[in-house]
Amino acid sequence: MSGAEMTPGRFLRSVLAIFLKDWRSELRTRYAISALLMFVITTIAIILFSLGSEGAPADALSGMLWVVIFFGAMSGLSRTFVMEEERGTTLTLQLLAPASAVYFGKLLFNLVLVLGLNAVTVLLYAGFIAGFVIRNVPVFLITVLLGSLGFAAAATVIAAIIARANTRGTLYPVLSFPIMLPLLLTVINATRLASEGAFFQEAAGEFQILVSYIVVVVAISYMLFEYIWKD
Amino acid sequence: MEGRLTLAGEGLKKVFNRRTVFDNVSFSVATGSVLLITGRNGSGKSTLVRIISRVLSPSAGSVRLEADGMTGADPWQTRIGLVSPYLQMFEEFTATENLSIAMGVRGLPFDSARADSLLERVALYPRRNDPVRTYSSGMKQRMKYAFALLHEPPLLILDEPTSNLDEEGVGIVRAIMEEQRAKGILVVATNDLADVGRFDAQVDLNERR
Amino acid sequence: MAVKILLGVLLTGVVVLGFGLPMSPAPQSWYELPVIPGLEEKARIIFFHVPTAWLSVVAFLTSMLFAIQYLRKREPIDDIRSSAAAGLGFMFCILATLTGAVWAKFNWGSYWNWDPRETSIFVLLLIYGAYFSLRSAVEVEEKRATLASVYSIIAAVTVPFFIFIMPRIMTGLHPGARGDPEGAGPVIEFKMSPNMRVIFFSSLIAFTLLFYWMFTLRVRAARLEAHHQSGD
Repeated sequence: MSGAEMTPGRFLRSVLAIFLKDWRSELRTRYAISALLMFVITTIAIILFSLGSEGAPADALSGMLWVVIFFGAMSGLSRTFVMEEERGTTLTLQLLAPASAVYFGKLLFNLVLVLGLNAVTVLLYAGFIAGFVIRNVPVFLITVLLGSLGFAAAATVIAAIIARANTRGTLYPVLSFPIMLPLLLTVINATRLASEGAFFQEAAGEFQILVSYIVVVVAISYMLFEYIWKD
Repeated sequence: MEGRLTLAGEGLKKVFNRRTVFDNVSFSVATGSVLLITGRNGSGKSTLVRIISRVLSPSAGSVRLEADGMTGADPWQTRIGLVSPYLQMFEEFTATENLSIAMGVRGLPFDSARADSLLERVALYPRRNDPVRTYSSGMKQRMKYAFALLHEPPLLILDEPTSNLDEEGVGIVRAIMEEQRAKGILVVATNDLADVGRFDAQVDLNERR
Repeated sequence: MAVKILLGVLLTGVVVLGFGLPMSPAPQSWYELPVIPGLEEKARIIFFHVPTAWLSVVAFLTSMLFAIQYLRKREPIDDIRSSAAAGLGFMFCILATLTGAVWAKFNWGSYWNWDPRETSIFVLLLIYGAYFSLRSAVEVEEKRATLASVYSIIAAVTVPFFIFIMPRIMTGLHPGARGDPEGAGPVIEFKMSPNMRVIFFSSLIAFTLLFYWMFTLRVRAARLEAHHQSGD
């Protein structure tokens, strides 16, 4: 077996293979995707019913969107790691791939999942919740994009922690919330700005924070992942 | 394949929750030899196997896999094949897909012709397009061999090599073991000495507490 | 031993003076504390609220530093230290939140307002809570120590973001925050008179010593328990 070192090309192939494995597995069972869609639809319906005919102030609506997104993330983004534990394939992946390839492969999966989920959430929310008006659409779209990246970054590393802790459900939001709070505050603020029609320059500060958040969280996760993943 | 390969363990110790599973385990084997690991159930055979496979860190001591001309960081993933009761396949996928995933995740190219002939060898070719979850336990065990061998690892580690296998399966495994002994290093963890035949070094975990 | 005595004296002194010394608008003598406009008697809380808040942050940083040490060296004692510091930090954080809420009720009329500093101490409380929930969920010691260490480092890394985010989002009610109507920021702007400052810093030192003392006690107790359990 010659040239068995992990070159960058090999590493990338490994990352993609891990991503594709999760992706194809998901397409086959469609378990998570359908559950998440139902979650989003149900939550928005509940919000619609509770608001009734009165509606709510624009600020509250901006915040509520991200509450829905947060809980959507909590419902779906731990699956990629927890599933391996449940099926007993954690050992298999530990054997086959270097830890960082597992991290990036699963991060990529969560990224695709959360972008899709948030796109649906935003469309349903903007479409059905009457008081929610966005006056500066590009700012809003960038906010949703950066926010999704941030959620994927934070959710993935925390998912890895709870999966290795062999706990279920309830610990995931508890651990995630403090880590995600800076992200939440910033995206809610940026959404509020977009809703009021602020110019790009005004929201630039929020975008800077979001980008640094993403970079910092991914960097620290990359550095610590091996400790989480390996025994 | 590189030149002569050496697998060496020095002063290996593992502690779980302050209980010492084993201590002071050392061994050294080279290309063309078989390392046998024996011990009662619960003596830590599978734990030692995990340490040698580099999926578990020892509490003390080290394991080294060295070859002439080996370079690069952490080449272990592509140099080891493992068959173990604890190792699960990706059961929602077919046999062929599992092999493709295994190679992809290892960062290696997938040769479907070689995969087919390997599946043929472990008598799984007719079922290669069925999901592994539909397999019997004997078939799953044979699948693990295909999984472990496609990348031609110089180091093959077998934990309970013949579990769940019928006579035909055992025959297949014996042939694989002979072949591996000739061209690489074979590590076998078992209590059934009939499994292994001739061996060159032994670690008996019964004495090590 | 000497530390304990010093600590006892300091703490007693701080409590007595902090509550006992009278306040007057124009202090005449050394034992009269000045009245800070907007705070008056309530200012006494400075001697207790600020040190506990300060300590909950110090404890968190201490815990994180030992967490890093544990990941590098894998010595169980580092995890014991990390956990002990976090436990104390949790306690001080609860105290800070409670003293803050009580003071908020007297000063602003309600126990909680989501002003930036209140929110920050609340977040710290959440982090501590999450940290201990994680610890209690993992049974294998080495894994528990590793995961807890990793989490505390991740949490510590996200905390600085609040420093940048908070001012953008809201103006604060806390004395010394942006938007504080009367600029009654006794700590930041050092509007404390010299004798107040003496009591304040003594309190700070006293509480820090208290922390250090409790920390060493907890670590010693945990080590003894560990030895006892492994049958040494």
